[in-house]
Amino acid sequence: MNRINKKLQEDRKLLSIYFTAGYPSLDDTSRIIQELEENGVDMIEIGMPFSDPLADGPTIQQSSTAALQNGMTTALLFEQLKDIRKSVSIPLILMGYFNPMFQYGVEAFCKKCQEIGIDGIIVPDLPLDVFKDDYEATFKKYGLVNVFLITPQTSEERIRQIDATSDAFVYMVSSASVTGSKEGFGNIQTDYFERIASMGLKNPQIVGFGISNATTFQAATKNAKGAIIGSAFIKHLARNGVDAIGEFVKSIRA
Amino acid sequence: MTYHADEKGYYGEFGGAFIPEMLYPNTEELRQNYIRIMQDPSFGKEFDQLLKDYVGRPTPLYFAERLSGKFNTKIYLKREDLCHTGAHKVNNTIGQILMAKKLGKNRIIAETGAGQHGVATATVCALMGIECVVYMGEIDIARQAPNVARMKMLGAEVRPALSGSRTLKDATNEAIRDWINNPVDTHYIIGSVVGPHPYPDMVARFQSVISKEIRWQLMEKEGRENPDYIVACVGGGSNAAGAYYHYLDNGDVGIIAVEAAGKGVHSGESAATSALGKVGIIHGSKTLLMQTPDGQITEPYSISAGLDYPGVGPMHSHLFKSGRGEFISITDDEAMAAGLMVSKLEGIIPAIETSHAFAILEHRPFRSEDVVVINLSGRGDKDLSTYIDHFKL
Repeated sequence: MNRINKKLQEDRKLLSIYFTAGYPSLDDTSRIIQELEENGVDMIEIGMPFSDPLADGPTIQQSSTAALQNGMTTALLFEQLKDIRKSVSIPLILMGYFNPMFQYGVEAFCKKCQEIGIDGIIVPDLPLDVFKDDYEATFKKYGLVNVFLITPQTSEERIRQIDATSDAFVYMVSSASVTGSKEGFGNIQTDYFERIASMGLKNPQIVGFGISNATTFQAATKNAKGAIIGSAFIKHLARNGVDAIGEFVKSIRA
Repeated sequence: MTYHADEKGYYGEFGGAFIPEMLYPNTEELRQNYIRIMQDPSFGKEFDQLLKDYVGRPTPLYFAERLSGKFNTKIYLKREDLCHTGAHKVNNTIGQILMAKKLGKNRIIAETGAGQHGVATATVCALMGIECVVYMGEIDIARQAPNVARMKMLGAEVRPALSGSRTLKDATNEAIRDWINNPVDTHYIIGSVVGPHPYPDMVARFQSVISKEIRWQLMEKEGRENPDYIVACVGGGSNAAGAYYHYLDNGDVGIIAVEAAGKGVHSGESAATSALGKVGIIHGSKTLLMQTPDGQITEPYSISAGLDYPGVGPMHSHLFKSGRGEFISITDDEAMAAGLMVSKLEGIIPAIETSHAFAILEHRPFRSEDVVVINLSGRGDKDLSTYIDHFKL
């Protein structure tokens, strides 16, 4: 069984952390992953920086620009991760935009992920129909789960299609926004969280976008299986460095 | 074989809608409605009326006698430079503002590079009394001050794009982010035949009035609907798409696309996407784009701000790949010289974008009996300071 599916069976709310590979320094990747695991994070999304991250807010954009200036590439990231499974056992997900993956070659990319021990991929701009027609078989061949996003505007019919095509979890975008842009959740989010929870989807849901502290983490995971923090973690990294990762994780789990 | 979009928005292998799920409801609403709305007689009537009374259409098809004499062929100019706001861009913004109204939207966003599309959008928003926000790269804001002022006079808010390279592609990213954040009340008026389906097809349809007019105008003047060649400059490709539209599937008409080579195709400072681009995804469309081997989108260069887009519309990628279109790239210097030549021979100062199209006359021979239509996409007023610097006027 895939590490993600196994993790999702654990009887607790999951904390997943996103960071941009190659930021703050080019060679921080494996240390950040190790620190996150040691401090009790359940799952990690390794962000592959892209020049034009159109679903992301300023924090992730800036970290991506900096990572690219530092020299991050797809090939270098794979090189940095090649021994990661010697020291890390929690699920690892690669998250990035489709063009760099497309240039690397989707099959070669998936093969490399399997060799390294990557468990899943999130590609926000690879749409459901293209995935099903062109890439689903390749992802399956290399044991990778693909994670799709839903938003408060996604129709019920489409949520059911996405649920049917998913085989790990559904990534619930908390509000109509890019990453890192909302502070706290209002009634609209609460209604949305409850509406999705009541749909009886086969996949558990993990909430992302707009989660930045213990309060929003608790609100997001009241109905959902877990939550993902990205921008708030990157800001903390920028201010306090890799050594202070434990402090950040404790502040969320408090 | 057709060179138009299929129902999923593909031109051959190019096009489609590679968008994050957050944008799916927005583009889906448009996709389900755009053809129905455009084919509604009341929409067509209002669109045609505004093009006539407000834009000043039909624009003339003018026989350029002195230019024809110099190059020993029959050259006609389609005078899009005479449109209100000075370029073809307004054909699309008129169409899209009416589309937005039909969809019940009360807020408009747009991206702009040099500011031409921003001005055309701000213009129609003023006309309709609709709120308008235009995203423009911080660097472009600094170098296109007159157009920034125009947009402000027209009541638009100009928001600087501060991310990435702070130019057109980043302004486009910012507009897309705004649309993600405002999915219900906002319509995004894209300025070219780029972006996710249905934009390339929708914008091409609004611009197709150009070739629709050429057909009957050429019939009046030459007794034939088809020129031997139709020539247009291509950045994103909207004026070209409009000029080619009714001739795309007509093999008797040669299609010539002129791209900006900047300081030379292989100089490292160029915007010749067909020559330098590889297939990839930009702004939701699978198309040819300039990128690093790692798939990062690179910043193009051209003296003409309207041509320095790192991608090209999927229609044009297909025209290139299939061989239907003949693609020629023209350097800054060649374009500037052609702009001066047309000014002196015909009394028309073209936009520098359009000057690229004229520059092929020095390189690409035509037969004396050929009828060549050049789409004069915009006027050069906006480019005076560049012409002044270049020629030390």
